[in-house]
Amino acid sequence: MIVIRREICGYCGACVSVCPEAALELVDAYLEVDAEKCKNCRICVRVCPLGALEVSDEE
Amino acid sequence: MKSEYDILIIGGGPGGALAAKTAAEAGLSACIVEKRPAIGVPVRCAEGIGEDLIGEFFDEVDPKWISAKIERAKLIAPDGSSFYLDPAMAGNEVGYVLDRKFFDRDLIWQAVDAGAECYVRTRAVDAIVEDGVVKGAIIEYAGKQQEVRAKIVIAADGVESKFSRYCGIDTTVPLRELETCAQYLMTDIDIEPGVTVFYVGRDVAPEGYIWIFPKGERSANVGIGISGTQSKDGKRAKDYLDKYVQENFPEGKTIELIIGGVSVCQPLECTVGDGLIIVGDAARLSDPITGGGIYNAMYTGKLAAEVAVECIGKEDCSKKALMIYDETWRGSRMGKALDRNYQIKEIFVKLEDKQLNAILNSVNNLAMKEFSTLSLIKELIKLNPKILKDLAGVKKYFD
Repeated sequence: MIVIRREICGYCGACVSVCPEAALELVDAYLEVDAEKCKNCRICVRVCPLGALEVSDEE
Repeated sequence: MKSEYDILIIGGGPGGALAAKTAAEAGLSACIVEKRPAIGVPVRCAEGIGEDLIGEFFDEVDPKWISAKIERAKLIAPDGSSFYLDPAMAGNEVGYVLDRKFFDRDLIWQAVDAGAECYVRTRAVDAIVEDGVVKGAIIEYAGKQQEVRAKIVIAADGVESKFSRYCGIDTTVPLRELETCAQYLMTDIDIEPGVTVFYVGRDVAPEGYIWIFPKGERSANVGIGISGTQSKDGKRAKDYLDKYVQENFPEGKTIELIIGGVSVCQPLECTVGDGLIIVGDAARLSDPITGGGIYNAMYTGKLAAEVAVECIGKEDCSKKALMIYDETWRGSRMGKALDRNYQIKEIFVKLEDKQLNAILNSVNNLAMKEFSTLSLIKELIKLNPKILKDLAGVKKYFD
């Protein structure tokens, strides 16, 4: 499950554009992840310019 | 907000603004929805644009849109050697660094003055699709959702575009073709005010570049973009930027952090659907070499509305009727440049620093007749016939 570290996220939307599952959505000043769509591929974790996304160990 | 418009525009950037203005001037009802509470902020841009490009849309360029006028560019090779690109005619302005906060707001102002409606802090949460035809959007406004129907929806919702996805079009950018970017607006730094600076090389900016775009005598957008596949813990865009700033502007003051993604992939396979037109970054129309997208968004925004006006007049908003939009931009100067620059980008991102040094060192303070990426690439090829063999596939673009 992708965890968004809100204290780091700059809500830029870079992750939204690369998500193959359309699981991420930028709602004005915060990012949302749809846990049902997310397949933990970690593409968003890599692309984030600030390092705001993590995969939590609890699956 | 009404429940029906001729044209509904998702996104209030330059693409959406030009679309709304063009539609309203033609007498159609047009409505822009912008998810942010303000137009033009937060900035997601290095703000550079060519002088000739902005002139296409306005009789007059308002001085408050312009942070700095650019007279020449400086390229810095991986080995640190540098050279200037000068327009052939001295004193010729080649471009501007905009103030997007003013620029974007004025564009929306013009659209609203022309009769368009605009709603901020208002978001499309889904598309209304009936029998495969886009009929409008579910709009969330002040905590309430409502249906807004339109004859044509223009998706101008930028790099993080979701509207096309709601309509069933896959707009995913491949990781390697998404430049992940970080930028500081810095002040109190020593720069050359009329010069944009570009650094290339694997160590400074893998598969991307560092830029300095002046915003004033001692202020600039100092930023970097790197390929998504090069981004990892400790080596993210912001890490590279911090290292560069620490080494080059240790005394500078940072007054804004700007981040974002820029696609450098090919445009969407098709940029229209039944009742739908996709423009600007949402259609993946940013330039694959420079990452620039302001002009491309304005051009396609305007074109989209012109086509929409025509099709609404003929009461045919089918994908087939709207295809003229797709065909027109692909055949335009912009479309051809995107095609060519994509092929060139694919070659340049694979070059080793050693090769980049050799190529860039072959050029010495180049004076170009026409100041553009194309003229630069042409010169580089002329001076480096060996790389021509790698460019065999793109030779047709230069004949």
